[in-house]
Amino acid sequence: MSALAVENLSVRYGAVEAVRGLSLEVKPGQIVGLIGPNGAGKSSTLHAVMGSAPVVGGDVRLDGGSIVGRRPEDVARRGIALVPEGRRIFGELTVEENLRLGLAARRKGRNGAGLARAYEAFPVLREFRSRHAGVLSGGQQQQLAIGRALAADPDVLLLDEPSLGLAPRIVDVVFEALMQIRDAGLAVLLVEQRAQRTVALADESHVLANGELRLTLGPKDAGDTDRLVAAYLA
Amino acid sequence: MILAFANLSWPVFADALALGGIYALMAVGIGLVFGVLRLVNFAYGQLMMAGGFALAYGDQWGLPNWLSVLFCFGVVLLLSVLMDHLVFRPLRAHSPAVMLVATFAVAFVLQNVALIAWGSFGKTAGSLGVWQAPWDIHGVFIRKIAIIAIITAAGCLVLLQLLLTRTPVGLHIRAASMDFRTARLLGVRANRVIGGAVVISGLLAGVAAVMLSVEQPQITSTWALPETIYVLMGVVLGGLNRPIPATLGGFSIGFAFGLLGGILPTNQSQYLPSFIFAAVIVVLLVRPNGLFTRGGAAVERV
Repeated sequence: MSALAVENLSVRYGAVEAVRGLSLEVKPGQIVGLIGPNGAGKSSTLHAVMGSAPVVGGDVRLDGGSIVGRRPEDVARRGIALVPEGRRIFGELTVEENLRLGLAARRKGRNGAGLARAYEAFPVLREFRSRHAGVLSGGQQQQLAIGRALAADPDVLLLDEPSLGLAPRIVDVVFEALMQIRDAGLAVLLVEQRAQRTVALADESHVLANGELRLTLGPKDAGDTDRLVAAYLA
Repeated sequence: MILAFANLSWPVFADALALGGIYALMAVGIGLVFGVLRLVNFAYGQLMMAGGFALAYGDQWGLPNWLSVLFCFGVVLLLSVLMDHLVFRPLRAHSPAVMLVATFAVAFVLQNVALIAWGSFGKTAGSLGVWQAPWDIHGVFIRKIAIIAIITAAGCLVLLQLLLTRTPVGLHIRAASMDFRTARLLGVRANRVIGGAVVISGLLAGVAAVMLSVEQPQITSTWALPETIYVLMGVVLGGLNRPIPATLGGFSIGFAFGLLGGILPTNQSQYLPSFIFAAVIVVLLVRPNGLFTRGGAAVERV
C-alpha cells in the first residue's frame, strides 16, 4: 500500500486554481519526483498535503486514512515531515535547537533516534550544533532543514526544492542523502527545478504544468531531453 | 535640577529598581503574547485590576496573605485563559487591527464591570501593607516591598529565561515568535503555544498585581491602567518583537519613573509622565525599531 496517496486533488487560492485534479502515490522506500516550471502547482501540492493550502477537491491519504482538513501541526504529528522551500531554518536558534524543534512532531511511543539520526545523516551538523543556525552556509542550512525533518522520525518526507541556490557539490550531498533516506524505507516526495537530476534519481517523476499532470517519467527517461522539454513547453 | 539630584539616596534607588522590576514583569507578559499572536493586549492592565480586586476580597474575607495571593493568581489566570478562548482564538485568523480593537473592547468591558460592581472608590487591599515597613540595612532604611519586588522580579525573569531556553514548550514559544507558520509545519501545536504564552503572561500579571497593590492599595476600575500605558511605552521603546529588549524597555521606563519621581520635588514630578513620554517620542524618532534591538527585523504575522 502507498504511504501517501493524492487523489484528484484541487487547490485554489481565491480565483487562482493552483492544482487541478492531481493524482499521485508514493510508496515506502520510493522517491517520487514532482517537476515543472514555476507556478505549476508543485509547492501548492506539498502544502495541500500538509494542510496549509486550501484544498477544494479530492483527497490526501496517509496509510489509507484521509488527512484533508487537518491542521499542519496535526499532519506533521502523524508522520509527514516537510522540508520547506527556502529551508526556513530558525537563524537565531542554535543548530541543536532547530533539530529539537523537529522532535515536536515525533509520535508517541516512537523512540526513533531523533537528533542522532540527523547527526548521522549530516555529520557537519554535530560539529556546528551549538552555533546559531543563521551563520551556517546555504548548503549546511539545507542539511539542517533535512536533518530537522528526519529528527521527527517521519514515514513520509516532502521536500520543496532542496537544491535551490546550492553549489553542484552540495547538491550531490543532498541527493546522496535522499537516496539513503529512501533506502531507510521512507516515502519521499521531491519537488525540484533540476528536472534531469530528479528524473535520474526518482523511481518515477511527474511533470506538472498549470496545475495539471502532463507526463510521468521513469529513470530511463533521464537522457530523453526532448520529452522533458516538450512537457515543459506544452 | 542639580539640587534635586542631591535627593538621590539608596532608598530612592531601591524603589526605582523595584518599580523597574515590576514594569519589566509586565513588559515580559505583554511581549510574550505579542511574540506568538502579534497582538498587543491592551487589556493587560484590567487583568491586573481583577487580581487587585481579588486581593481586596481576600482582605475582606480575612484570608491569610498567602491564600489571598493564590486567589489573585487564580482570578488573573482564569481571566487570561477565558480571554484566550473567547477572544484571541476566534479572532486569530483576522487582521491585527481587529484583534487590537477587540482587546480594547475587552479592556473597557472589564473596566466598566468593575466600575458598576465596586463604584469609583473601589475596594482596599491593605493586608500586604505590612511590606511598606522598612528594613534597616546597615543604617539605610529600605522598604521591604522594594527588596521583595526586586528579588521577585529577578527570580521570575530567571525562571522564565530557563523555561524559554531549557524546555520544549519554551523552545516552541520562541520558534513560534520567530516564524509561526514554519513552527506549525514542524508539528508545534499553535493552540498549546499560544495557551502557554497566555498562561505565563497571566501569571506575570498576577505577580505584578500583588507587588503593585502594596504601593497602591486602593483598587479601583482604573487601577494599573496608567502603569500598563507606561509599560507599553517601554515595550515599544525597547523593541516590541524581541523579548529581552522589550523587558529592558519596560525596566527602563519603570526605573526612570521611580528615580525621577523620587528625586524631583513634587511641583516638578507632577509633569514627569509628560517629560518621559516626550523622551520616548524622541528616542523612537532616532531608533524606530527600539532602543535595544540590532538592525530592523521585519515582523511577519501568521
